[in-house]
Amino acid sequence: MLVGSPHFQGRRVDESRRHRQTLDSNSPQQLTNTRVELVDLFDRQCPIEPQSTKAADRLRERTLSVINVAAGEEFHAPSLNDFFPPAVLFEGTPFELDRLMLVRILLSGLMMLFFVIAMRSPKIIPRGVQNIGEIALDFVRINIAEEILGKEQGKRFLPVITTIFFLVLASNLGSIIPFINISPNARIGMPLVLAALAYIVFNYVGIKKYGFFKYVKSSIVVPGVPLPLHFLLVPIEFISTFVLRPFTLMVRLMANMLAGHILLVLFFSATQYFFFVSGGFQAVFGVASLAAGIAFTFFELLVIFLQAYVFALLTSVYIDLALHADSH
Amino acid sequence: MSLAYLAQEAVQETNSTGFGAIGYGLAAIGPGIGVGIVVGKAIEGMVRQPEMAGQVRTTMFLGIAFTEALALIGLVAGFIF
Repeated sequence: MLVGSPHFQGRRVDESRRHRQTLDSNSPQQLTNTRVELVDLFDRQCPIEPQSTKAADRLRERTLSVINVAAGEEFHAPSLNDFFPPAVLFEGTPFELDRLMLVRILLSGLMMLFFVIAMRSPKIIPRGVQNIGEIALDFVRINIAEEILGKEQGKRFLPVITTIFFLVLASNLGSIIPFINISPNARIGMPLVLAALAYIVFNYVGIKKYGFFKYVKSSIVVPGVPLPLHFLLVPIEFISTFVLRPFTLMVRLMANMLAGHILLVLFFSATQYFFFVSGGFQAVFGVASLAAGIAFTFFELLVIFLQAYVFALLTSVYIDLALHADSH
Repeated sequence: MSLAYLAQEAVQETNSTGFGAIGYGLAAIGPGIGVGIVVGKAIEGMVRQPEMAGQVRTTMFLGIAFTEALALIGLVAGFIF
């Protein structure tokens, strides 16, 4: 009866109100005593705080770990602070590196190293690692660039699309690697840069082919529509083409990686909590959360690959739309 | 008297959190239905014309990416606000 009703108790009641209530209420003395007892039970470890925020936080934490009031330990779910770790190197300067930035450098460096090793002295009949490098590069070339853009334009934009695909893939893989555990794309910086790259490329291509005004006009104005509808359609098309495209590219990647990281950290820290920190019968829950963690790791692998594919695919689709802006 | 008084007191002083979770739940209804429709139509198309399966599959992924972006913006907005 006590532990399930945190709001029922005057936990956030300050001294004066409690006294006032005992003075002018007509409640029986018994109930007042019970109230004092119940409040004391919650206050077992610390006195009543007059500031409502600290008390509310503690109350919320106790509500979360309701069955562990006896154990005394609390479970800390992952929060957004995971994505802003303390600085590791060069603290205080603009080049400050924290754990996430180091992971970015590490994973991009590893990817470059992989391709340098795979494509060093390439042979016509590939041997060894060159096979894997060629499979990866052919995947991007055939299934993304040439499928959307055609042979010659695909060849022209292949460096940009390949860079985007492998950079996103390599950075996303950090999400499931055991001691890295976070994808550098979970903070907005790197998706921002990649989306800006895609934005600059597709706009540059369109402006170079058509000239600035003709490109903008043919991107925004939908042909074959009666004049009054243009007043509605032109703003919508403008926002959809020049504002929402880079924004959604960026947010899609970031939100996928953020959600994946929080899910995996939640399941694995819950497993650790159930097995080792809290005692007794709760190990059963630990088995369930471990199984869920493993299942979601596989799911995260799919999401990693899919997000890299979708980013590169959408970039090539936008380039293609810019190249054919006058034939919607 | 006491129950009503205490309930009123609690209502005055609650600081509610967790609106982000409610917001995400509501935001996920639309894209859930949307992705279902996209994939269902893609399956239909692939069954009708198996030779076009590759192109249909590519377009399906494109459609999934667009609709799922909205659900993820809902997730992120819950964290920000």
